[in-house]
Amino acid sequence: MNLLAELKEGLSIAWDAIRANKLRSILTTLGVVIGVVTVTLMGTAIQGLNRAFVDSISFIGGDTLYVQRSAWFVNSHDDWMKMQKRKQLTLAEVNELERQFTSAVAIAPVAQSRRPVRFGKRSSDGVPVIGTTASYFQISGLMVSHGRVLSHAEAEGGRPVCVIGATVATNLFRENSPLGARVTIGQTQFEVVGVLEKKGGLFGDGGGGLDNQVIIPLPQFRSAFVSNPDFDIQVKIKQVEQIEEAREELRSVMRKVRRLGPAEDDDFSINQQDQVLEMFHRVAGTIAAIGLFVTGLSLFVGGIGIMNIMFVSVAERTREIGIRKAIGAKRRTILLQFLLEASSICLLGGLVALAIAWPITLAMKRYFPAELSPLVVTIALVVSLVTGLLSGFFPAWRAARMNPVDALRSE
Amino acid sequence: MTLIRLDKISRRYQMGNETVHALREVTVEIKRGEYVAIMGPSGSGKSTLMNLIGCLDTPSAGSYVLNGVDVSMMEDNQLAEIRNREIGFVFQTFNLLPRSDALRNVELPLIYSGMSAEERRRVALDALSHVGLADRVHHRPNELSGGQRQRVAIARALVNNPSILLADEPTGNLDSRTGAEILALFDQLWKQGHTIILVTHEEAVARQARRVLRIRDGLLASDESLAVNPETGSGLPPIIPQAQRAQ
Repeated sequence: MNLLAELKEGLSIAWDAIRANKLRSILTTLGVVIGVVTVTLMGTAIQGLNRAFVDSISFIGGDTLYVQRSAWFVNSHDDWMKMQKRKQLTLAEVNELERQFTSAVAIAPVAQSRRPVRFGKRSSDGVPVIGTTASYFQISGLMVSHGRVLSHAEAEGGRPVCVIGATVATNLFRENSPLGARVTIGQTQFEVVGVLEKKGGLFGDGGGGLDNQVIIPLPQFRSAFVSNPDFDIQVKIKQVEQIEEAREELRSVMRKVRRLGPAEDDDFSINQQDQVLEMFHRVAGTIAAIGLFVTGLSLFVGGIGIMNIMFVSVAERTREIGIRKAIGAKRRTILLQFLLEASSICLLGGLVALAIAWPITLAMKRYFPAELSPLVVTIALVVSLVTGLLSGFFPAWRAARMNPVDALRSE
Repeated sequence: MTLIRLDKISRRYQMGNETVHALREVTVEIKRGEYVAIMGPSGSGKSTLMNLIGCLDTPSAGSYVLNGVDVSMMEDNQLAEIRNREIGFVFQTFNLLPRSDALRNVELPLIYSGMSAEERRRVALDALSHVGLADRVHHRPNELSGGQRQRVAIARALVNNPSILLADEPTGNLDSRTGAEILALFDQLWKQGHTIILVTHEEAVARQARRVLRIRDGLLASDESLAVNPETGSGLPPIIPQAQRAQ
């Protein structure tokens, strides 16, 4: 008896058995369905989160170094306290750095403060207002969808102009074009010359996102809001491949600018996107591991359910096994029959689970980028099949090894 | 020509600390084309003997040569193949698969022997019409009478053209008239050349055969050849009154 015919026969027997015990099959499948749904959703969520993060982070570019008072990731409270005591970065230091650090494509000082932004009766509270130079656009890669970015002259000069983020634009201006309008930031009026392209995604939406910001010339920022702000310095380097060298060079220049002696520690930090990515991957990895463990547990419980019901099925059909063996079924044939039954139940469960997970994924999509990718679908189906094979094996093995004489005698 | 040669066959079971000797050095030969009844009270060892002859079980000692092949030392899978090819079982309780129709039940041994689907169907339909059930092929066992069920079982037993038709109390669950019909069918099959071994505890049923082996306490108590009734063509006396008495 060849394997193909055996498979076909086994499948038809399995299908008969599943149909003959509809309610039981449904209840058993439920365990697998729940397991696979959670695994699928977990996989989808992790994948979506990863993609969203990488998408969002990548446009900022890996070729930018951020000189700041404190590091993005602080390991201990003591470190954090130390960083809080550091001197602010001043505009004089920015200018000095610009003069000495020549291997940069662009350097931009960035000062930030949250202010209410008003236009007519509409207003938006706590919008991050960024005072910077024209280089900021070059470094960040921010583009405008309407109007233009700040020119060098505007950025240096005293004219009160601003570029607003997409969210700010939709909040303040329903239908009218914001270009040329004068919005009130804090107490001062600024003319809108450009609207930033909508970024969307994980970092675009929401209060602190990139779509919710207003960019104004640095001199305006200092005169209207904070005269001596704590600057971040964004440095775009020439080649991403040489970011480590550039980082070292930047560090030594900064030490010179700040006149640090050889024995003194840095009193500034240089941050880069790699750190965020690395941190993110570490966190995401932990979430994934815990999540998959928990969902794996539910799948395990489902698998035990299958195993249990397969034992019942084998016990119930002892006589049938006896008949089949008497007529010439080999061990392999019986083993295959029950394995197929278990894996069919599980595979059906997997399909049902995908049918359930799909609309849930669509619903999740409204809050963050989730997608039921072919990879996740494949994993879900393979996982359910393997669950069936594993949990069906022991019962099937018991059936296959039955002594035909005893099996025939059973009621 | 010798079909079955049992040589000093013993079968022991371990029941707790006790060893039960179900069969003790039984030696029997059965030729192709014989019609043999195995008789004995319950606990005599006749079922054990039947299981051994049917290759459902292996002896603890002794040798069993079936159709020229020593099967006494074979393992599970080889025995399955032998059963599929050489033995056709007919059971007291029919032992049909309840969810499959008559055709599928009869096809089953052919599936295990690897016959193609079309040929399988043809052979199985043939076997069913041979036992007079050509118009019942798509009925499930619960839609058939006891006699019809046993006919399906006989068709299934014969479909692979086995060397032996091994029947275990084939009339035990049937009324006397249906039982007589089934025995008549056996008689007919024997005349067509099949080797039939009938296990029974009913004298009247055993009288249908041409040779009766009596088992008692695990030993072969007697081996008797029966005369042929010229009228019925089978052993004496006529079966129906006795079968009724047994009911």
